[in-house]
Amino acid sequence: MAAISERLAGVHHESRTYTGIWSWLATVDHKRIGIMYILSALFFMAFGGFEALVVRVQLWQPNNHVVSAETFNQLFTMHGVTMIFLVAMPILIGFINAIVPLQIGARDVAFPRMNALSLWLFVFGGLFLYSSFFFGSMPDAGWFNYVPLSGAKFSPGVGIDFYDIGLQISGIGTLMTAINFLVTILNMRAPGMRLLRMPLFTWSAMITMLLVLFAFPPITVNLILQMFDRLFGANFFNIAGGGNALLWQNLFWIFGHPEVYIVILPAFGIISEIVPVFAKKPLFGYESMAMALSVIAFLSFMVWTHHMFADGLGPVVNSIFAITSMLIAVPTGIKIFNWLATLWGGKIHFKTAMMYALSFIPLFVIGGVSGVMLAMAPADLQYNDSYFVVAHFHYVLFGGTLMGALAGLYYWFPKIWGRQLNETLGKINFWLVFIGFNVTFFPMHIVGLEGMPRRIATYSAGYGWTIWNQISTIGAFILLVGMLFLLYNLIITFARKPDAPADPWDGRSLEWATSSPAPEYNFAQTPLVRGRDPFWLEKREGSGQMQPAEPAGPIHMPSPSLAPIGIAFTLVLAGYGAVLHSAIIGGFFLLATFWQIGRALVAEDHGFHVTPHMGGEAQ
Amino acid sequence: MKQRGFRVSFPLLAVGAAVLLSGCGATKQSALAPVGPVARAQLGMFWESLAIMTGIFVIVAAVFLYSLIRFRARKGDATLPKQVHGNTTLEIAWTIIPIILLVFLAIPTVHYAYAFGDTPPNAMKVDVVGHQFWWEFDYPGSQVTTANVVHIPVNTKVDFVLTSADVIHSFWVPRLGGKTDLIPGRVNHLWLESNQTGTFYGQCAQLCGAGHAYMKFSVVVQTQAAYAAWVQSMQHPKVSVTTPAQEAGMQLFSQDCATCHTIGGTTFNGKIGPNLTALMTRPTIAAGTLTNTPANLAKWLHDPPGVKPGALMPNLHLSQTQIQSLVAFLETLK
Repeated sequence: MAAISERLAGVHHESRTYTGIWSWLATVDHKRIGIMYILSALFFMAFGGFEALVVRVQLWQPNNHVVSAETFNQLFTMHGVTMIFLVAMPILIGFINAIVPLQIGARDVAFPRMNALSLWLFVFGGLFLYSSFFFGSMPDAGWFNYVPLSGAKFSPGVGIDFYDIGLQISGIGTLMTAINFLVTILNMRAPGMRLLRMPLFTWSAMITMLLVLFAFPPITVNLILQMFDRLFGANFFNIAGGGNALLWQNLFWIFGHPEVYIVILPAFGIISEIVPVFAKKPLFGYESMAMALSVIAFLSFMVWTHHMFADGLGPVVNSIFAITSMLIAVPTGIKIFNWLATLWGGKIHFKTAMMYALSFIPLFVIGGVSGVMLAMAPADLQYNDSYFVVAHFHYVLFGGTLMGALAGLYYWFPKIWGRQLNETLGKINFWLVFIGFNVTFFPMHIVGLEGMPRRIATYSAGYGWTIWNQISTIGAFILLVGMLFLLYNLIITFARKPDAPADPWDGRSLEWATSSPAPEYNFAQTPLVRGRDPFWLEKREGSGQMQPAEPAGPIHMPSPSLAPIGIAFTLVLAGYGAVLHSAIIGGFFLLATFWQIGRALVAEDHGFHVTPHMGGEAQ
Repeated sequence: MKQRGFRVSFPLLAVGAAVLLSGCGATKQSALAPVGPVARAQLGMFWESLAIMTGIFVIVAAVFLYSLIRFRARKGDATLPKQVHGNTTLEIAWTIIPIILLVFLAIPTVHYAYAFGDTPPNAMKVDVVGHQFWWEFDYPGSQVTTANVVHIPVNTKVDFVLTSADVIHSFWVPRLGGKTDLIPGRVNHLWLESNQTGTFYGQCAQLCGAGHAYMKFSVVVQTQAAYAAWVQSMQHPKVSVTTPAQEAGMQLFSQDCATCHTIGGTTFNGKIGPNLTALMTRPTIAAGTLTNTPANLAKWLHDPPGVKPGALMPNLHLSQTQIQSLVAFLETLK
């Protein structure tokens, strides 16, 4: 209804233009970058899901030999690495890219070209990891890649080199995303968009990026140390050479625990957007929600050794970290209770996006309460490295992150792609995923308590584990069918013409105040924000449209550029040099990378201007 | 299963556990069927935390489902619900109440972290060395070394001293207690006690390579007298080689196997592979992968990495005759 409708009257380009596929490869538009993040994440999800299905088939019955033990180790390692680094993070970063600048009324991110570089580093880093398949050895030491198993002595193949270098490459991209969005959110908000007026999704993005900024350096240090060990014979993790096995674990989990919040906080943000919209009520306890996000982020850096309770670190360490871990339940509980209070007294509309968002609440509570149980250090010695833990983190990462991401996909699909996903297919998709998820992962709690360790390629009969494994495997196939409905829904929706209204859900935040999809420049005139839920406010108490904060006029846009994809490409080729132990290949492409960076830095580019044509309902 | 000697504080949940455990074999390696004080305390913490957490989940789920039904949008109703932004009293309440509940979990957590972390001073020591992919057990002071089966006396606190020869492993016998990792370059301690005699099963719980799933072991808990007799027999093993097949096997062993394996009562003293002293007294071979029968011994000797992926013992390409004579020799190790 009340959208700013606009058409391009005339576009005057002073810089080079690209068309077709090149326009995507050279784009610096945060919305297109977001789309490519989301589609790449779904692409990698197919691989990660396939690996999980093979794992489930292998565990169908005792002493199964569908795959060898060596292959099994590669499958669950790549499943974990893929789902964390190539699916959960990028799909959420995709939504952050596509939506956050719109929510704060910005024209783009602070550093559009660096944003494109982040994307391509992630895409090429992921493809690089998977290309290890063609080199005969994939990463196989688990996603947390403990030393000394992952060291040169016990993993002589190139698989771990691909892990070390692939994650460094994609990690550089993630770090740049963090800097980019922190600057964007702090500096580029529309007039009147004070911090405590920002939508909760933007809040979650800001806190997440702060986590990335502090969590990624320790993992980068770890990866570089191991790269030196493996490529140049250093001894950081070589026990015989005076190295330390726990150094890896400490650095890994100082990153690794904040990492799980990096992939859950944006999901919290998505739920906090969707629940108020479909309950027709403002978010209950807005300030405490923002505060809870910050407290969770702060605490997430002081709980890492709860992943290491079985390391024998002693009662002092275990007690302190047990208590800090339990404390996280308090701000998390606040979020859950606030969502419930938002629902209370509302008028709830059961759209697919809302159903996914609602399912998040009970599933995340299950994952959360089992997390508190795991925090009890002396009891955790039974749960640690058993299927109980596998159940716990899937309730958090699938029941939480993925349900949240799918909620976001249904919710923002019209804004991102200008089309609405089919609701009937959406509900079938939702119920199959919801049921399949619980059938797959709930029995893992039980089989874990019955003594089944995680990561075992097979098991013997007579332990009572077979039935639970079979239920899990059946659940995995229900999940597969559910996800195929999503795929079908995506295909038929992409085949349709874009026809989504600007504001299909009666939205509250600024992204719904511009057309679907948003024009290249987001807003013809930067909107003036007069309160929390700014668009809702104007619809209920104002003219129904955002008031402009600036006069209409030409809009300055950044130029498209092929430099980001070129830089990412040569950096990955340098990575192959490292894996192949070729100083010539590595050195040449590293120089090529730096040369391109230098050229991009010194090149003068003033961007170009577009003049939006104000449509019928001018402001 | 016969062993059901665990005490639970919550009758309803105990019924639930009984249902879970009713399947045949479900208690073989289950943390829900403890036989010693450590596992029992851990199960107690499990039930306590599960009860509190179930309570929280039930409350959340009830409010959640009630809201979904009671506050669903009715057709044709376009009016807005009352716009509520917050309620300070409620928000303070649901911050304070969880903190109080956490105190109830934190107290046993800290108590048992110290109780399990401090090794009792008089505990009997057993050195455990993790190898890819088998367990070495040394009894300091009694010159006994064995592999993959560890004997301990009943009602005795045992201090397992954990080290690793290669990568990180994790020592876990769920019915006796939780796990602790064996980390190269570190010495870890885990004390356990069993109040029941019998055989209890364990396996490596930390990914250690291709053979991880096959790195199992068992704990044989014996009466004091039976344990003392076992130590005696291990200190004075009997190897009586009489038949020609056994002699041929012993000859072959000295050529092909003795560089890696030790057998008490003989001159064979290799240190790379498991100690095979009194091999016939062990219920399983190949780190719990196969039951200890002559046919399985032959199967193992035919192709070790085929039985246990990643096994460091190579396929020696032995002929059937060689395998038969080796089995005949191994059968004399009592």
